[in-house]
Order: sequence, then C-alpha cells, then structure tokens
Amino acid sequence: MSAFEHDSPLVTGADETNDRRPGTPRRGSGFLDEPPALHTTPSATVGPYLAIGLTWPDGPDAVAPGTAGEIWLRGTVVDGNGDVVPDAVVETWQADPDGRFAHPDDPRGSSSTPGFRGFARSATPGGEYAVRTLKPGPVPDGDGGLQAPHVDVSVFARGLLDRVVTRIYFADDDHAGDPVLRGLTPDQRATLVAAPTEDGYRLDIHLQGDAETVFFAL
Amino acid sequence: MTGTTSRLVLPSYLREDAGQRTPVAFDGYRSTGLRAPLRTPVDLPHRLTEITGPVLGEDRLAPGDGDLTLRAGGEAQGQRIIVFGRVLDSGGRPVPGALLEIWQANAAGRYRHVVDNWPAPLDPHFDGLGRVVTDALGRYEFTTIKPGAYPWGNHHNAWRPAHIHFSLFGTAFTQRLVTQMYFPGDPLFGQDPIFNAIPPTARDRAIAGFDLSRTQPDWALAYRWDIVLRGTGQTPFETDDDGDVA
Ligand SMILES: [Fe+3]
Repeated sequence: MSAFEHDSPLVTGADETNDRRPGTPRRGSGFLDEPPALHTTPSATVGPYLAIGLTWPDGPDAVAPGTAGEIWLRGTVVDGNGDVVPDAVVETWQADPDGRFAHPDDPRGSSSTPGFRGFARSATPGGEYAVRTLKPGPVPDGDGGLQAPHVDVSVFARGLLDRVVTRIYFADDDHAGDPVLRGLTPDQRATLVAAPTEDGYRLDIHLQGDAETVFFAL
Repeated sequence: MTGTTSRLVLPSYLREDAGQRTPVAFDGYRSTGLRAPLRTPVDLPHRLTEITGPVLGEDRLAPGDGDLTLRAGGEAQGQRIIVFGRVLDSGGRPVPGALLEIWQANAAGRYRHVVDNWPAPLDPHFDGLGRVVTDALGRYEFTTIKPGAYPWGNHHNAWRPAHIHFSLFGTAFTQRLVTQMYFPGDPLFGQDPIFNAIPPTARDRAIAGFDLSRTQPDWALAYRWDIVLRGTGQTPFETDDDGDVA
C-alpha cells in the first residue's frame, strides 16, 4: 500500500480545498453546473454485426499470455428470458495487482507490470465471455480509503442502445470498506461478486430478471 | 498508509441530460425488450477506474486500415466517399491519439458476417472494417464506400437507413462511445426506431454533413462528421482554427 502514499502531486492533504475554478492547474475543473460547450454525440446500438468491428485476435488478453499469475474471468450474459446472449461484446478495464492503471492519468504513475494492458474485449459465442487477466489490487477511492479489487465492465449488444456498465468484484476479498458495495443491498452486492473457479473467477451478467445485475450510471 | 488524511483530486466527466442522450431501451426497437435492464442504474462517482481507460493507438492499426476501398487486391464496388471530422470533448478540446474503429455494410447493404444472409451480393473487395487514430488536432479521415440500406426484421418492411458504425475510446472509461453515423436527408429516418430512439434534440449530431469543399474532383464525395465525447467539466472555451467544431 505504500505506493498510494503522498509521493504523488495529486495526493493532497484532507483539508486542502478541491479548487475547481477556471485557471487552476488541475485537470478536470469539473464545473458540471455549467452547460457544456458542445453536446455529446448520442450513442447507438452495436447491432448484430459488431464482431466485424469490435473483435481483435488479442482482444481477450488484458495481460500477455503466459504472464505469471494469469487468471480467466468468465461468465454468461443472460437476457430476460434466461436465454444466453451469443452476440454481445464484454469489455473490461482494471488496475494491475499493485492497484495501478496502465494509463498516464494514474497520479501514482502508470502500471509497471510487464505485458499488462488492463483492457480486454471478449465476444460471447455461446453466451460466454472470457478474459485473460491478473487479479487487480485495491485502488484508492479518492477520499483516503481503498476500493476493493474490482473490474469495470461494459456490455454492448444488439438490443442495447447504449452500453451498460457494471463491475466485477472477487468473492475472496474483504468488501467492508468499498464505497460502491457499501451503498448496495446484500442482494445487489451478490450480482457483482465473482466466485473462484479452477482457472480464475466466474460471474454471470443478467441483463434482466430476478437476478438482474446492478448496472451503474456513470 | 496515511489513508484517512489523503485524497486524490480527480476530474469528473460531464453527464448529459437525458434529453440529449440515447436511452438504453426504446419501445419501437423490439430487441431491447428482453435485453435492456429494467432497474434504475446506480450512480457511480468517477474515481480512478473511471477516469482512466485503455491506451490504444497506432499499435492497433494495420497498413491500409484507413482506406476500406482496397481489399484483397482489388477495388470495392460503390460510391467512393471520404468520411472525416474531428473528435472533441464536450469542453471543445480536441482528443488527439484516439482510436476510431468503424464497420459497415457494403454498397448493396450487406455485411460480411455469418448472420447476415439477406439476398444482396457480397463484395470480394470489401470487408467493411476500418481503423484510424486521430492526429494532434483530433482529426480523423477514412476512405470508404457509401453503405447501402438494408432490411431487418424489426417491423413490417423495416429498413435501416444507410449508416456507419463507429467505436471510440477517448482517454477514459467514462468516454467510451459506440454509435452510428447517418447520411443527410435519408428518406428512411422516419421509420427507423434506432434512429428515432435518439432524442429529437440530439438527432442532428448523428448525421454527417455533405462537404463539397473536401470532395475530391473525379474521385470521391466527402462527408464531415465531428464526434463529441464527454469532457471533464468546463474550462474556458477557445474556438479552434476554423471555428466550426460542432
Ligand atoms: Fe448496421
């Protein structure tokens, strides 16, 4: 956890105000109460032929094959009838085992884990996604605490006019202090927690139904 | 760690009003019925996982990925077009180095995909897949052919307006966007629930503009489409070189 301590210019004391006025050096000044200069482009469904554009030979590899500690995250995507969804794409984004992201905006420095991309995309032939990765470490929550290890997930499919976003947590971690899980009921939490398997973890994604997965508004 | 007394200062990405965003479900689009989640999504504040995202650039490109008209040693059939524009964020800032992926039907409206079996010809010289990365000013450009309209089973006599599927990552998980670009004045807009799922105030932003000035004489028509991803709140907005960012 020492990696999270105050060696980064963006880790600041608790009593320092989060100054968001224009002209302050911080990226993302965050004036969300002002209208945007431009409205965003509206999303659309990926449609049934998404595999043409959204699959890569190395898509499922958030980490290079053969990396020590590699695991597979798997699960089935299920619709409101309980039928599998064989034409979705599941994308994952996560920190490395040190809790760092392979991204220059990580204030503690980009991940130094060799071969770690942190991003994967998997089609769902037969309804199942499969992602090769490393188990992430805890990630700072921005308020001085830690988020439990987690993976951010986007699901795209015919019949979804926008992506739907969820998270994968891991059954063998301590979730007590996690700011996201803390706000959910036990039933809701259960839809986000992957169970250990022989080669990694498994979590099904229910788009609808009694066990509908908790999806997030970003 | 000194956890209880330190914190990160993180940007927060703009969330558009519902009136400017495509809802995940739409009544007229039948496939949403069993697939679009029914429960209200839970708000997720933007923390480290959300303000970072995959770094994907030139390493995802292969030679020729920006020109879809030349495949398998020959030229694609159809109306050659240039599709170009800029990728900006909602603060008006260009998004440089951003990967764009597109896929589309051929000139006859047929996709090169096992599930697409309507009786229109495949084109041996068109696979319908393109990739480019934006330059330092957020600009992108593809050369392709104008896709045909195609029928689908959503309702009686249903036809998709001509469109190109676009996928963008931006620089953060919050910015991920998959969408469709339409062509101006398409007579099929009125009966298409995927187009009409977009709120009326946002539909123009899904339609490219014909641009005679970028049309290449004796070669290709040109369509301009600027794409706007969510930005990190508002910073003083400066008009760019040509001022026509929207
Ligand atoms: Fe399509």
